[in-house]
Amino acid sequence: MKQLIHLFTIFFKIGLFTIGGGLAMIPLIKRAVVDDNKWLTEDEMTDCIALAQSMPGVIAVNTATYIGNKKRGVWGAFFATLGVVLPSFIIIILVVLFLDTIGENRYIDGALTGVKAASCALIVVASYSLGKQILKGVFPWVLAVASFVAIAIFDITAVWAIIAGAVLGCIYQAVKGRGETQ
Amino acid sequence: MILYVSLFLMFFQIGLFGFGGGYAMLPLIFQNIQQFGYMGAQEFADLVAISQVTPGPIAVNAATYVGFKTAGYLGAFSATFGVVLPAFTLMIIVSRFIEHFKESAIIKGIFIGVRPVTVGLIASAAVFLGQAALMVPGAGINIIAAGIFGLTILFAGKFKMSPITITIIMGAAGAILCS
Repeated sequence: MKQLIHLFTIFFKIGLFTIGGGLAMIPLIKRAVVDDNKWLTEDEMTDCIALAQSMPGVIAVNTATYIGNKKRGVWGAFFATLGVVLPSFIIIILVVLFLDTIGENRYIDGALTGVKAASCALIVVASYSLGKQILKGVFPWVLAVASFVAIAIFDITAVWAIIAGAVLGCIYQAVKGRGETQ
Repeated sequence: MILYVSLFLMFFQIGLFGFGGGYAMLPLIFQNIQQFGYMGAQEFADLVAISQVTPGPIAVNAATYVGFKTAGYLGAFSATFGVVLPAFTLMIIVSRFIEHFKESAIIKGIFIGVRPVTVGLIASAAVFLGQAALMVPGAGINIIAAGIFGLTILFAGKFKMSPITITIIMGAAGAILCS
């Protein structure tokens, strides 16, 4: 029980203090899990991050589930995940309640306008730097451009783009694998 | 009751197909909340902005926000539970087979195909968000927002400033300039 509470507390703190989404949490998780508590070795942590990023879902939740499960089975996974999710859950509800209470306020509307425009630009930059890292060769370029055109211009459900990417990736891998063995 | 179930199912689907982290999940969230008529583009932009300045994973913030706005505390719970459940279940199953998983050709294939798609997804998120963040309905481009957009590209892209610092500066700039 003590260890379950410990898992919960550590992930609660990580959930509470990282602004900017799941990827920003990874260095903090690594410090808590590898350096402070020695639950995982450096190599196991690398595996965990690779797995968390290649599986669907919230990356921070994937990581918390994996570590909790490794440490204390399903209950460990449950407490770690609850810990990482709870701060967001509470804070978002408080923010919505607060914004509803004050109603229309020109300073807050102005700040939101600024943050919205900045967020949009940060997403453009994120897409550019991820693209620079991933888009090497014709195949990934075609997939990225095709999915952008399908989703942003033709408003095709993003799920189809993801399924198409997965299927085409498997075909590509199979064809490439056959080419290498011949 | 139907509302809670549909919130749960909607976010379960988002959690199940949301590869590539928070930004890449935004188009899924946007398309779903529009399709079900829960929110429009303006409120989606508010939700992204609030997620950006509050702690925690963006998809969890989004689920709680949409759930709470449409159906109160139980709605927030249903949506958040939905977005977390696929990841939770899949990770427990997969972590038993991690060695097998690292070698699997199918997993490699999925990874090779889905990673480039996430670039397209994140770029689409920018387009969806931009419509509400940079335009005034019926009046064209919001000049101040466009200026903040341009400066952020410069600060983040060229000078590699931290996203949090930029967000705080631009929030303050918006509060002063737009009020």
